Amino acid sequence: MTTGGREGALADVGRARADARGRAAVSAWMPYLPPADTPYPPEGIDPATLTWAETVAPGGYTHLRVARGTRLRLEDADGEACASVLVHNAVEPGERLNVADTQKIPWQAYLGAGHPLLSGDGRVLATIVADTSGRHDAFCGASSDAWNEAKYGDAAAEGPSPSGHALLRLAGAKHGLETRDLPPAVSFFKGVRVAADGTLEWTGSAGPGRRVDLLAELPLIVLIANAPHPRDPRPDYVAGPLRVHAWRSRPTALDDAVAVASPERERAYRNTIAYAGLAGL
Amino acid sequence: MSLTTTVPPRPVHAPDSPLDWSGPLVPGRVVLDERVAPRAAWSGVVATGDVLTIVDVGGNQSADCLLYAADDTAERYSAADTIAWQGNVYVRTGTVLRSNLGRPLMTVAGNEVDRQDTIGGACGKESNTLRYGHHTAYQHACRENFLAEAARHGLGVRDLVSNLNWFMNVPVEADGSLGIVDGMSAPGKRVALRAERDVLVVVSNCPQMNNPCNDFSCTPLRMIVTSP
Repeated sequence: MTTGGREGALADVGRARADARGRAAVSAWMPYLPPADTPYPPEGIDPATLTWAETVAPGGYTHLRVARGTRLRLEDADGEACASVLVHNAVEPGERLNVADTQKIPWQAYLGAGHPLLSGDGRVLATIVADTSGRHDAFCGASSDAWNEAKYGDAAAEGPSPSGHALLRLAGAKHGLETRDLPPAVSFFKGVRVAADGTLEWTGSAGPGRRVDLLAELPLIVLIANAPHPRDPRPDYVAGPLRVHAWRSRPTALDDAVAVASPERERAYRNTIAYAGLAGL
Repeated sequence: MSLTTTVPPRPVHAPDSPLDWSGPLVPGRVVLDERVAPRAAWSGVVATGDVLTIVDVGGNQSADCLLYAADDTAERYSAADTIAWQGNVYVRTGTVLRSNLGRPLMTVAGNEVDRQDTIGGACGKESNTLRYGHHTAYQHACRENFLAEAARHGLGVRDLVSNLNWFMNVPVEADGSLGIVDGMSAPGKRVALRAERDVLVVVSNCPQMNNPCNDFSCTPLRMIVTSP
């Protein structure tokens, strides 16, 4: 048996252990634990209060189980991230993001500050409480396997051009969720607009350092794929690092501005708050 | 025979409104021809190469529709993939109705309405409380129809996704305003869907009674499958 160029590094367990321990390093994309140690603390937030901190790699994914009232900040570090996001009610995951209701009930197709991410059960799973990008998309979902195979030649999560859907399948699987549990996602930091004839017009990125804050209105499973938007016109697979930070805040109350913004939204928060109260959440 | 019931009124088909039962939109041997009553659900498997004609018998009656690969229902209709792939939010003749894996399930082979909807989603008892108020909580809805009909095929709440709304009109305006507006269909208008593989089609004949888009008259649908 050959050991190649490893010079006996794994010749016995002691040397294997020393070899593995010698590999600790810092990467441009990694979780930061404890979260207070993040090199990128959100402005105005005491790092000691952070409950999560991570940079998701280009073509990577993350999956978070967050408490009700958690504020989750997504930041597009270099302007090349695309965060395709799914949210599920962590208590009853059959309740999950419904993009049709998310667009139809607020009478608004384009996501922005104050927009609720609605489930099909008449409740708000999360609220977009801050947005410095304005370039988002609730029409196209994450890229599919067939799309990435056609465009880049490969869609596998372990390959050079993972599809958003392949990443979301793995993210969901970590929580026992299967393909059937993955409805269309919303994508942040890469925008499209709809022309009069229905054509999608690419608006792309708003530039580096843009961020979106999501407020969890129920206990959530949050799945995030960081893969190029399917309508990204560039032939290359371009994705950038995605920063994810979380801290404890409080869920929306009925007299908050986002809740009183329209009668539909007010009723959505009424449903959500009553559900949480009844369930002891 | 007239039943006395204390159940609150259901949406009804206005008895004097015109109906046009029409016929298949494409030539071929008829292998299935069924009527879907107002408020009711329907499902059927359309074999590869066969064409399903859906007839809007009474005009502007939304046929809420979901599709599943018959041999693996985890692969199902994806409004997002359909939109992303064609780069357009409206469904028209030639639109390939794609799955969550991006693969073709059906193709719109014929269409007598300018554009069809796949962004408006389905009505639900729960979403009705947001759209119209909590007084609507006991009204029947498409989500109920989808759940009941899907259960006949071993499917459930995890299998409901954003759907197609045949004969419904949901424009996106320049500022992003989006909503259900006056329909562009009429009695007897049709859409024809060619199956690119064996596809389970689940339809809810929309029982919504809070939206004037069908003049508050819930009318039947006709489902015709032809084999070329």
